[in-house]
Amino acid sequence: MTHADPNLYDYWPYAGRPKIEWPGGKKLAFWIAPNIEYYEYLPPDNPFRQPWPRGNPDVVGYSQRTWGNTVGHWRMMDLFDKYDLRGSISLSIGLLDHHPEIIEACAERRWEFFSHGIYNTRFSYGMDEAQERAVLTDSINSVQAATGQRIRGYLAPALTHTESTLDLIAEHDFWYTCDLFQDDQPQPIKTKTGKLVSMPYSLEVNDVITYSVQGWSPDRYADILIRHFDQLLEEGEESGTVMCIPLHAYLVSQPHRLRSFERALQHITSHKDDVWFATGTEIAEHFRERYWDQSLADINARGVSTGGTGFAPAR
Amino acid sequence: MPLPDDYLTYAARQHGMDNPYYGWDPVDRREKVLLSDGTKATATIIVPLEFFPLNPPAKPFKHPGAMKTQYPDLRHYTVRDYGNRVGVFRLLKLFAATGVQATFAVNAEVARRYPPLLEAIREAGHEIAAHGVSTSHIHHEGLGIDEERDWIAQCRDVFPDATSWMSPARNESTRTVGLLAEAGFTTCLDWEADMRPHPLATEGGNVTAIPHYNELSDMKLLMDRSQSEDTWAKQITDAAEDHLLRHDQEGAGAFAFTLTPYVAGQPFRIHAVKAVLRALSSMEGLKVATAADVNTLFAEHLA
Repeated sequence: MTHADPNLYDYWPYAGRPKIEWPGGKKLAFWIAPNIEYYEYLPPDNPFRQPWPRGNPDVVGYSQRTWGNTVGHWRMMDLFDKYDLRGSISLSIGLLDHHPEIIEACAERRWEFFSHGIYNTRFSYGMDEAQERAVLTDSINSVQAATGQRIRGYLAPALTHTESTLDLIAEHDFWYTCDLFQDDQPQPIKTKTGKLVSMPYSLEVNDVITYSVQGWSPDRYADILIRHFDQLLEEGEESGTVMCIPLHAYLVSQPHRLRSFERALQHITSHKDDVWFATGTEIAEHFRERYWDQSLADINARGVSTGGTGFAPAR
Repeated sequence: MPLPDDYLTYAARQHGMDNPYYGWDPVDRREKVLLSDGTKATATIIVPLEFFPLNPPAKPFKHPGAMKTQYPDLRHYTVRDYGNRVGVFRLLKLFAATGVQATFAVNAEVARRYPPLLEAIREAGHEIAAHGVSTSHIHHEGLGIDEERDWIAQCRDVFPDATSWMSPARNESTRTVGLLAEAGFTTCLDWEADMRPHPLATEGGNVTAIPHYNELSDMKLLMDRSQSEDTWAKQITDAAEDHLLRHDQEGAGAFAFTLTPYVAGQPFRIHAVKAVLRALSSMEGLKVATAADVNTLFAEHLA
């Protein structure tokens, strides 16, 4: 049986919400999320989605991803150093084994890691709960062993989900999910256990969408990031907003694109007085501690909560 | 086997239109409409508020914006839901700042689920038009008349005072307009056959069609065709100017276009929406008006 409504969160109109203030009285929490992914040369079939659109092997798609890890990622790291930015890495956990050099370089910089599945060519579609749990414990244990970090965030591999995914990550004491796109502010997710925050990530300003789907030019991409930032900063005056820039080195770090992207970073980092430059976990932690109860109270006061938990409404 | 013989017979082949709703009325030889208040043209902003279920039927086709990936497509569900939660409130704020009244075309399912949203729209004095039950309820020729009548009745229950209607995906069966007239709707936003409002004649009375320009749809231009926000904005203001410039020759005109909350309500697009609203509300002779108000304004010319 399928459901029309995931019931993972309740309706919460943007107008009139209680005020969120980020540490230091900042208006906008900004985080930046490089996806450091590994795509397999010969991934297995999934009954619900073909891993490579052109079939195995897909040399163009595969080698562009290799370029991202061999070259692109290092260019991005230099750029972040220049602007004193820490990344929150959406990590294909398998990359810990393939390219530990990248992990070491990120860990040295105190970047954060969160799980983006084992490979971006292994999908959640068709998994039972035991299989999804195995992916989560593999993720937690592998990052812990390699870096000492306990990961707190999740973005399902290739954005593939089951009805159980968010319940399972909450059960494993994850603090935030990047899988939902309904808001520019965090919101509690209705899971069976735990305290899981929906963290604004983004598809609209995600380089996969702007470059691969929409086909926009590098200059236009930079303009969009700047406008997006300016608008959310203005609204953050009323109540703190979140902006994330999700990145993929195989796209944004290309030699014809990286300098336009730098223009956006220059603009954003010139607003240090008003912006909290944070990681996903830092934002989730602040929200869980200060605003979880306040948010739930306001949501319930709107009188349209459906109760229950994900895919299981009370009414 | 070739095609049957009657494939080359043409029962409706004669001067004029082959639809039952309106006649052939070419722009170069008809009487001008001159509005009593001096308005040269009207622009109607349509804000669709749609519910996109996670498990949509694809009957008779997938509604634009419907789910794309394997179930559960949380990605597209939440991207669309962003419009109803966040994007629409940016638009409401801009409408208030520029003093503009819009027509919100609302799925019955949205009204049932999000009463606070409906309240905010009503409080601000905008028009609420019925927009079908949901994006899973596309009116089409294969739908039985009883079921179609029931869908329209469901909307009538939820929107007892609505006079305007837009079908989900702007799709109709050959029975839709008649059923709308029967249910007391007087304005329809599915058609774009002219540069000014015109009647759609049915047995149960006339329904006014206000031209709704598909080629100005924000969804189509910004998402499907990947045009820039500035290019999109210029086309809307150009359309308005064109109507104004033709007034002396052709009389008063009217057009409508969409601001889709999950598209136009994105933070990086707000500057362009602001520019459009400012430009439209400062054009001399142009009235930004709801569908219901346009119908009233043109009423005496809609015999």
